[in-house]
Amino acid sequence: MDLNFSFFFSNFPELTVTGLAFGAIYALIALGYTMVYGVLQLINFAHSEVFMYGTFAALWFTMATVGGGNPGGFQTLAILIGALLSAMAMSALIALILERVAYRPLIKRNAPRLIALISAIGASFVLAELMGLRDRVTGWVGLDDDLRDYVGRARINNSMPNIVDNKVLFSIGDADVRMVDVIVIVAAIVMMVAVDQFVRRSRLGRGIRATAQDPETAALMGVNSTRVIQLTFLLGGLMAGVAAFLYMLKIEVTKFDVGFLLGVKAFTAAVLGGIGNLRGALVGGLVLGVVENWGSAILGSEWRHVVAFVLLVVILLFRPTGILGESLGKART
Amino acid sequence: MLLEVEGLCVNYGHIEAIRDISFGVPEGTITTLIGANGAGKTTTLKTLSGLRKVRAGTVKFEGRDITSIPPYERVEMGISQSPEGRGIFPGMTVTENLDMGAYVRRDRKSTAYEQDLERVFTLFPRLAERRQQVAGTMSGGEQQMLAIGRALMARPRLVLLDEPSMGLAPKLIQQIFDIITEINQQGTTVLLVEQNAAQSLKRAHTAHILETGQIVRSGTGAELAGDEAVKAAYLGGDV
Repeated sequence: MDLNFSFFFSNFPELTVTGLAFGAIYALIALGYTMVYGVLQLINFAHSEVFMYGTFAALWFTMATVGGGNPGGFQTLAILIGALLSAMAMSALIALILERVAYRPLIKRNAPRLIALISAIGASFVLAELMGLRDRVTGWVGLDDDLRDYVGRARINNSMPNIVDNKVLFSIGDADVRMVDVIVIVAAIVMMVAVDQFVRRSRLGRGIRATAQDPETAALMGVNSTRVIQLTFLLGGLMAGVAAFLYMLKIEVTKFDVGFLLGVKAFTAAVLGGIGNLRGALVGGLVLGVVENWGSAILGSEWRHVVAFVLLVVILLFRPTGILGESLGKART
Repeated sequence: MLLEVEGLCVNYGHIEAIRDISFGVPEGTITTLIGANGAGKTTTLKTLSGLRKVRAGTVKFEGRDITSIPPYERVEMGISQSPEGRGIFPGMTVTENLDMGAYVRRDRKSTAYEQDLERVFTLFPRLAERRQQVAGTMSGGEQQMLAIGRALMARPRLVLLDEPSMGLAPKLIQQIFDIITEINQQGTTVLLVEQNAAQSLKRAHTAHILETGQIVRSGTGAELAGDEAVKAAYLGGDV
């Protein structure tokens, strides 16, 4: 194993910015894990699929609207916003369906958490395979060949048309800071702050915090727990949609099983930051993204995932509750 | 009757926690349920709030059958509870906790809301001094005050108080009961569940004694306080 420190040091700023961009995407997905955990003490393992459907929604919208070349200017902006909204809508929809179909019946019957976990894993496979087999599915419902071709080719990589000119915004020394990375980081942080403020300040947000701290007492205050749970899934879904859009901007490729690794990483980010803690998701995501990027620069990119999970184990050894600790309800600044 | 309970049976797991109890809470009064630990007092209150499933019997509020409606609708109808022990939100400030009490209200920017907040702070000056303190860091007595104050923020017709004196110093107990009487005189009907029989019998218009899930005695507070058997069992000989 060669340690490539000279590459690491000469590219340090660029590696850090790229790492932050990855981390921002992890953080947005991690929000969904951490919020659902805060309210239900349940790991929503199907959340990775919520993200995956978002990537396809962004992809389809872009393919349908972009036409031949890159339109540029105002039209590009409109396409970007459309793709973002499609991804958010799709992810939110999948999250709400999950809540309704895979969780609510179990919660109503007071099923053990383990049962809900199995249900989540099952739902995750169903959703991924549905996407993977969608050329078959479109065949069953009798779509014509063009459309089949369009949504088909399920198990291979689907590439997004490149519509953002990934120009260098500015340089630090030899290192270039690129447009897409900056968009991703800024957008992710803006969304995280918005969710954080919503949960802290709004009436419904207070309902979420109250339910996370003590569901029975929250019910005594007049909080409708079903609504709170729905809202939690909705927020998580919307954020996964934003993550999906940003992912498509940066990585530009998606696949039916793209959610798996991203989901595991985002879950790692949530645990790293302190599961149940909104700000923890942000911190955990960014730390994970940066350290993993540094690690893969030094050790080689095949070590990327090893670095990520070693980091998780090391941090949990010393801080079992994660970097920021505390749960959603108890989290205060 | 503001609240009418008839033939109520509640199971806790496989145990019959409440067996066929019936009682009423007349509007404008203080009614108390007293009994030892495990007699079923807390289960009764949780059932009235909708947190426990009813096996048999009915609960009526203002004549309407509420036996199977969810907890949040009961709060909207005007039933509010101060739960047992430290039933506050530990990670929220005093103000945020009081705000949670008013969760079902739509007039949170109005002067009526401000007045209710002032009323709670007048009843409990200690809370006024600690508005921005995180509730989990306050003393047991202060948390108890907060729980009662929070229950009042819903502007309830009926307030259910679960062991408001538990774990408090004697001087503070006196104070809490004075405040309960005051709340009642301001027009709120009170259902009070207590182990402190001496104080609750003194304050209550009507009292019921709960033993192993059944009501074994009922009467006015004064009647029961003067009863020899009640004295021996619950009042330690003399009041």
